[in-house]
Amino acid sequence: MAEAKASRLKTRPLSPHLQIYKPMLTMMMSIVHRITGAALYFGILLLVWWLVAAAAGPNAYAALQWFMETWLGRLVLFGYTWALIHHMLGGIRHLIWDMGYGFGANEREWLAAATLVGSIVLTILLWIVGYLIMGGIR
Amino acid sequence: MTDRTPNSLRTPLGNVRYLGSAHSGTRAFWRQRLTSVANVPLTIAVVVIIMSLLGRNHAAVVQILGSTPVAIIMLLFIFSTVYHMWLGMQVIIEDYLHHELWKFVLLMSNTFFSFAVGLAAVFAILKLSFGL
Repeated sequence: MAEAKASRLKTRPLSPHLQIYKPMLTMMMSIVHRITGAALYFGILLLVWWLVAAAAGPNAYAALQWFMETWLGRLVLFGYTWALIHHMLGGIRHLIWDMGYGFGANEREWLAAATLVGSIVLTILLWIVGYLIMGGIR
Repeated sequence: MTDRTPNSLRTPLGNVRYLGSAHSGTRAFWRQRLTSVANVPLTIAVVVIIMSLLGRNHAAVVQILGSTPVAIIMLLFIFSTVYHMWLGMQVIIEDYLHHELWKFVLLMSNTFFSFAVGLAAVFAILKLSFGL
């Protein structure tokens, strides 16, 4: 009896997972929010490196500046910028939901689209301003 | 999983209600929201600080990062962000790791990593401020 029950429990399908759902924008933005959160968790090492290098001295700071001049450094920083902005906008979206607003079908879609488009536009704008501050593309 | 004994009069629902997968109630959930609200203005401020330092040499960066208002904003940002990321990674680990031993190893690693990152950043900011 117990054995039969155990084998039945083992083979019975449990809660349906991601692969059976049709991908939707709201779902993708939810997944991306978690991925960007995990990326930022490790990305903070870049910020800590910057602070520690500044505190350590000119040589350590020069090493950081050298890395940031490379294409890999630029790519990492660009990804970090986008992840930060996307996670922040996604977070604001979650705070709106926490307050009890924005659950309608149109509002959900609009918020998801705004998170995606807003994060891309703001990231590019920040980088344009960044290059302007640095005096043109180098 | 729960502490239910055969003689307990508590129902299975009563044992797990309000506890969630962390088995510690809603405190973590609330602090995740609290730090997220704090992170919005703090992140904007830190982005402005970083952008104002782009392309500057080491001496200028040390002077600006070590100034009192900038250092205080950086410290607030580090406290709020490290707490937020510590809680966030804890949720991810609890969601995806079902092997008890590995779950605890990673939960401990999460705490160690967050503490190390936070302490290194705080030490660097204080050193820049006090010019030691």
